[in-house]
Amino acid sequence: MLIQQIINGLTLGATYALIALGYTMVYGIIQLINFAHGDIFMIGAFIGVAAASIFFHNFFLILIAAMLACTVLGVTIERVAYRPLRRANRLNALISTIGVSIFLETFMTVFKGPQPIGFPHVLNNATYRLGHTEFSSIQIIILLVSILLMVGLQGIVRYTKTGKAMRAASEDYDTASLMGININRVISFTFAIGSALAAAGGVLVGIYFNSVDPYMGVMVGLKAFVAAVLGGIGNIPGAMLGGMILGLAEVFGVAAGFSSYKDAIAFTLLIVILLVRPTGLLGRPLQRKV
Amino acid sequence: MTVLEVHDLSVAYGVIEALKGISFAVEEGEIVSLIGANGAGKSTTLRTISGLLRAKGGRVAYKGKEIGKLPPYKIVELGVTQVPEGRRVFTRMSVLENLEMGAYTCRERGGVKAGLKRVFARFPRLAERKNQLAGTLSGGEQQMLAMGRALMSRPEILLLDEPSMGLAPLLVKEVFSIIKEINADGTTILLVEQNAHMALSISGRAYVLQTGEIILSGSASELMQHPEVKKAYLGD
Repeated sequence: MLIQQIINGLTLGATYALIALGYTMVYGIIQLINFAHGDIFMIGAFIGVAAASIFFHNFFLILIAAMLACTVLGVTIERVAYRPLRRANRLNALISTIGVSIFLETFMTVFKGPQPIGFPHVLNNATYRLGHTEFSSIQIIILLVSILLMVGLQGIVRYTKTGKAMRAASEDYDTASLMGININRVISFTFAIGSALAAAGGVLVGIYFNSVDPYMGVMVGLKAFVAAVLGGIGNIPGAMLGGMILGLAEVFGVAAGFSSYKDAIAFTLLIVILLVRPTGLLGRPLQRKV
Repeated sequence: MTVLEVHDLSVAYGVIEALKGISFAVEEGEIVSLIGANGAGKSTTLRTISGLLRAKGGRVAYKGKEIGKLPPYKIVELGVTQVPEGRRVFTRMSVLENLEMGAYTCRERGGVKAGLKRVFARFPRLAERKNQLAGTLSGGEQQMLAMGRALMSRPEILLLDEPSMGLAPLLVKEVFSIIKEINADGTTILLVEQNAHMALSISGRAYVLQTGEIILSGSASELMQHPEVKKAYLGD
């Protein structure tokens, strides 16, 4: 029973983590909370559905198609809606992210209608039993794909030239540009990666719940944002940890009988973390720059 | 040849004028200092040359080419690299990664390796600590790292902003003798300093900046004898 809940919690948490990474990476570099990020997740799910009709239900091709399309979308949104506001007051760009969010939701509502649509059958949903523990093949795939993507991300951030430039820019924007780093390119790259991860999350969640709708990104996006703050916004391992903790907390909260408060759990966690440790679990204490 | 020419440069932060039309030039192979008190506009000058700030008027030319409208990374690619004030090493990255960032513009194969070899030869301490996080280095070591990092891009001209800041006198001496060595190896240097005594002791020429204007200029030895400089900046 306990193991069962842990598996359910990690499955949910892994998808939160995938989305939280996009919030945290973007914030790390340009201190912007991209409220349209949850909608990229939603678009990713829709593209997954569309791709399913083209790629003969090949799960990996669908996943890759959604990730690529959202990469382009994320980079374009940054280019069009955020970059022109880079030197303006930070609030302006924040409002722009909300505008993009509303635009994407409304566009998809007009384009596809407000009703949830099912995800075409792309994965055989076998259920495995191990003693009293039951888990589905979809859960395993969600966990495996998420973990693989996160390991891949860590590899990029740790070892590639652009990944190192991302870390440098997130630590000190001006000095990074004094090194000859093209900051705009680094920011585009960050949006590309964050959007690809969100798209993967969208496809996985769409398949898991067999439901895709224009507003599916709202609550998930907010919760992933909470996960990013929980782990320490700007901190990549923090986003992964925060996602997992949030997933587990929700599943255990429901198991403990608070199912009608499911959505409140995340925000209670947010309030508690902001009171107790405002920089998040793995966040660094605030430093004053001299 | 004139490596860097600043002509009638003015920069403002909102309504506050930080630079009110300053002009100076740096010839190839020189060490030129910009000295002045806190708030005189020294860092503003370097930040504008590097493209972090946009000038309100005037121009900055590198080897005769106007660079005032270029983004910072293009300016580094041309050969103008800055060691910023307060060292600003990437504290959460290793010494090696910091140096790799310095070589970001390097495109040739093996260029990074060759650069590391050169920098480690000049700063053996960095080689010992290459896998350590830069934030764990001492102030002096961080200054070495900041200079080594800047040298990784093989600059034609190195802009140094307050390299003596926060360092013990013995270390300051060491840093300045390294600057002289770097210059002797063929890198032109523009140095910004509050420590006028140290700066003048290694410079060929210098300019004195006061509230956004150049009030004096000349050879370093002349300026060292100048009564006003002695009184205001050398503490005599």
